[in-house]
Amino acid sequence: MSEHLIIGFLPLVDACLPILAAEHGFAAEEGLELSFVRDVSWATVLDRLLYGHSDAAHMLAPLAIATTLGRLRPAQPLAAPFVLGLNGNAITFSPELAAAVDAPEGRLGDPLAIGQALAVEARRRASAKRKLRFGVVHRYSSHNYMLRYWLAACGVAPDVDVEIATVAPPFVADALENGEIDGTCVGEPWSSVAVERGVGQIVLATAQIWRRGVEKVLAMRESRLDERRDAVEAMIRAMRKAGTHFVDPANWKANAAILAAPRYLDASPELILRAISDRLVLARGSAPIHYPDFMFQHREAANFPWVSQAEWLYTQMVRWDGVPFDPREAVKATRVFRPDVYRSALAGTGDLLPGASSKVEGSLGQTTAVSAQQGTMVLEQNSFFDGRSFDPDDLPGYLAGFSS
Amino acid sequence: MRIAVIDESASRASVIREGLAQLDDCEIFVLTERQGLVVRIQEIAPDVVLIDLGNPSRDMLEEYFTVSRALSRPIAMFVDESDEETIGASIDAGVSVYVVDGLAATRIRPVIDLAVRRFGAFARLQADLDEAKGKLAERDNVDKAKRILMKNRNLSEPDAYAELRRKAMRSSRRIAEIAEAVVTAHDLLGDGE
Repeated sequence: MSEHLIIGFLPLVDACLPILAAEHGFAAEEGLELSFVRDVSWATVLDRLLYGHSDAAHMLAPLAIATTLGRLRPAQPLAAPFVLGLNGNAITFSPELAAAVDAPEGRLGDPLAIGQALAVEARRRASAKRKLRFGVVHRYSSHNYMLRYWLAACGVAPDVDVEIATVAPPFVADALENGEIDGTCVGEPWSSVAVERGVGQIVLATAQIWRRGVEKVLAMRESRLDERRDAVEAMIRAMRKAGTHFVDPANWKANAAILAAPRYLDASPELILRAISDRLVLARGSAPIHYPDFMFQHREAANFPWVSQAEWLYTQMVRWDGVPFDPREAVKATRVFRPDVYRSALAGTGDLLPGASSKVEGSLGQTTAVSAQQGTMVLEQNSFFDGRSFDPDDLPGYLAGFSS
Repeated sequence: MRIAVIDESASRASVIREGLAQLDDCEIFVLTERQGLVVRIQEIAPDVVLIDLGNPSRDMLEEYFTVSRALSRPIAMFVDESDEETIGASIDAGVSVYVVDGLAATRIRPVIDLAVRRFGAFARLQADLDEAKGKLAERDNVDKAKRILMKNRNLSEPDAYAELRRKAMRSSRRIAEIAEAVVTAHDLLGDGE
């Protein structure tokens, strides 16, 4: 008896785990049959989830929280029992802007140095003709929050010194080319597409802003999670197995070819390979560079939905939506992430399960051993580039630290 | 009522327009271009916006609507909690609906009902067309397979067809499938004609 789940997704490399779970038979091993619905906007991925066309979806973590809080649609509680990955996005400038901020050739820039140069350029452009414009994939995306976090920390006020607009990933290269935007924060393969067309240069990876920044989640309606709990737990186990396969260098090429297929990403396998091997070409014609953990899909229990990640996202929502902090909303936001489901799915499998469900984010400057449900697990550096750390026990205090 | 129909498929947009034209007191604007979409919407100042679910500009548009809450005519997705069915039907048909704040649900519903019917009709037309194309391709394959058998096994046309049919019945598959297999095998191994 096999259970069937329908999964919605957008053609991005970080939709890899559900796809590979199906393609390599890990889902079938768990008694699960998966089918996929591919869309071209997050709005449609979300509507299909809300109106039952899909059971679960590849989704921007902040969008799952925003939906629960009723920011774009009347509130509907969503649940995220699995983080599909950390980071995997790049900040890419038009060649003109990259030159103006002295982005180095052949390596990623230093976030602070680039940011300070950008602050100067942003003011020059604002007084000259028009403000610099950046494209992000969605208002409620980690891309938006990472970009804003970085800009603000470097003295560039988002919405004041620079404009930030929504641009769908497939049109990012066009928008850079026709000058609609000067820079973008977008997931792969879309920065690489801009690089190949000679209309963009990758200047930073979001992992440089927050080394372990939460990105997409597997989201579902809370009620659907309750109804399909067994299937969801099977799905979590299948995706963990897919993750083991995904990070093994021996499988990179084959997985890039699978993801490239028309029914999935419909993109070039060479460009997909760059992201999954952490080897990026920063500017057209230059040699690839190796930036470890550009995408982070598996190690260190990367898929564990830390409650503190949801809380960090909520603080950024408060910060940038201009709505006051509300402790009740904070609780609702927190409950979107469901470590209890993740734990129950993997109990007894021998997989790593952290001892706690919340942690101070950004506090690890180096590799640290922390307690796991059995024994210890090792967490590597998890810092924010500006040296701040996020204490989930004091959200108002954290937010107050930004209001200067 | 001013209705904007955003659809990159010009043929579907005209089917929708034609449907909505039956409504009284409605002015309909069709937007098929992605470039400058937001500016056009601002100029039109619609009361209702219909956009197909497959349109890649939806997120950009929703961003604009969110920002537009500060404007005099805020627009939001139509979600009438008393009428989940209407919205579900529109999503099923592949269209999402945004309305200007304050517009009565009773005025919106006929628009959605018509749009849903027209989207449905267009999808059926498309399916019929795909099926017709498929049928043509199948017939073409059967003809090719017959010619291959006639040539390679010296059969008459009726015998070649009988052979395909016999094989199909024995393996409980369709004649078209057997024909496709014959053509594929012939292409792979074939005499390169």
